[in-house]
Amino acid sequence: MKISRLLKTIFMIDFVTGLLIAIKETFKAKKTINYPFEKGSLGTRSRGEHALRRYPNGEERCIACKLCEAVCPAQAITIESKERDDGSRKTVRYDIDMLKCIYCGLCEESCPVDAIVQGPNFEFATESREELYYTKEKLLENGDRWENILAANIKADSSHR
Amino acid sequence: MDSYFLILFTEVYKIIFLLVPVLVSVAMIVWLDRRVWAFVQKRRGPNVVGPFGLFQSLADALKYIFKEIIIPASSNKLVFVLAPVVTMTLALISWAVIPFGEDFVLADINVGILYLFAVSSLGVYGIIMGGWASNSKYPFLGAIRSAAQMVSYEVSIGVIIINVLLCVGSLNLSDIVMAQQNLWFVIPLFPMFVIFFISALAETNRPPFDLPEAEAELVAGYQTEYSGMMYAMFWLGEYANILLMCAMGSVLFLGGWLSPIDIFPFNAIPGPFWLIFKILFLFILFALVKATVPRYRYDQLMKLGWKIFLPFSLFYVVLTSSFLLYFDLLPGK
Repeated sequence: MKISRLLKTIFMIDFVTGLLIAIKETFKAKKTINYPFEKGSLGTRSRGEHALRRYPNGEERCIACKLCEAVCPAQAITIESKERDDGSRKTVRYDIDMLKCIYCGLCEESCPVDAIVQGPNFEFATESREELYYTKEKLLENGDRWENILAANIKADSSHR
Repeated sequence: MDSYFLILFTEVYKIIFLLVPVLVSVAMIVWLDRRVWAFVQKRRGPNVVGPFGLFQSLADALKYIFKEIIIPASSNKLVFVLAPVVTMTLALISWAVIPFGEDFVLADINVGILYLFAVSSLGVYGIIMGGWASNSKYPFLGAIRSAAQMVSYEVSIGVIIINVLLCVGSLNLSDIVMAQQNLWFVIPLFPMFVIFFISALAETNRPPFDLPEAEAELVAGYQTEYSGMMYAMFWLGEYANILLMCAMGSVLFLGGWLSPIDIFPFNAIPGPFWLIFKILFLFILFALVKATVPRYRYDQLMKLGWKIFLPFSLFYVVLTSSFLLYFDLLPGK
């Protein structure tokens, strides 16, 4: 062992230098955000909570083609359809089991009419399992609530599709 | 009969007056530890519960209370339940002899430092009991490691304390503090203070010597099978021990309740506050070390304890005693 190395070890130079660096870092600006009070930015393709969208006139977009049901790798989606009085095919049941869902985004990609989408909301934790079995009403309500952001996201992303 | 009850009540009152602040400060110190750790890593740390997150530990304690206590089927149930109780009791009873100020001490016994040393050695039992009674491999390995580590570093702490005692000539903790009125022992015995600090880290299983609970190899060491309030008691005992080691360091080397300079603005602050400042200073050092130093390997730990610290502190005992003898400074003369 070299003498300088030995002296460094005895006087714990490296250790003291480390401590001083630690003290210096203590007073620098924080790198993390203050999460529940401030939030990070999300991309336009972020895959959060699902939503069913409507046309501007209030008509549901979903045409019950069941492509999402077929593509879903976790088989989380259940759809039942019926012909409506005006002859159009619409869903009577559109359930997503949010506990099965793996948030892969394939349903959104497969949808020909941009009806089922995954929005920017990722804070939908609940206190019971039952609350996470989403029904059509819940999904439509989500769509109404997030419509502005959803439409903007789809528009921003359309040039890449 | 009346006087008997009077004495009993005053003693119990005194004990409660000592223990409640200790327990509260243990909760606060956990918060401080996490906060310092976070700040070094440029994180925010717990800052939501209460002002600056001060009540985080209370929220955690509440959570632990409501959690289920799981006792493994193959464990020795009596010893399993007893282990956290032993750890916490031993961590708390040592506070009886710590002097917070002149005549401000629960038990001003003449063998204070021996008592402190004996009780902190007993602390190993809580861990051994917990690890053995769990009847599971990781707790057992953790307990063995912890016992070996604590026994090894106890030896060097003992020799370090001899250095201090040589300078004081008394085992009474108040006398030790009063002997530092002119010069804190941290100045003449600085190398011993450093070794005491490092040994205290090892003694309390703090990083970088937290091998008993090295999560990469041993899950959580001797605490693996514990849950709920029993786990929290281990945890409380551990932090009470850390605080105790800081208090011991301040009493032995940093002049206990004495103010650094005996001039007006400093000596106006009452003694207990000075002791608390010194304990806090040492604890922040503990926390900073936790945040900066990587964990030691087990053979390095043993080598450091037996091959470096023990010979060096023994050599320093010889040095101190010959110095005192040569310059005719021996106490009690």
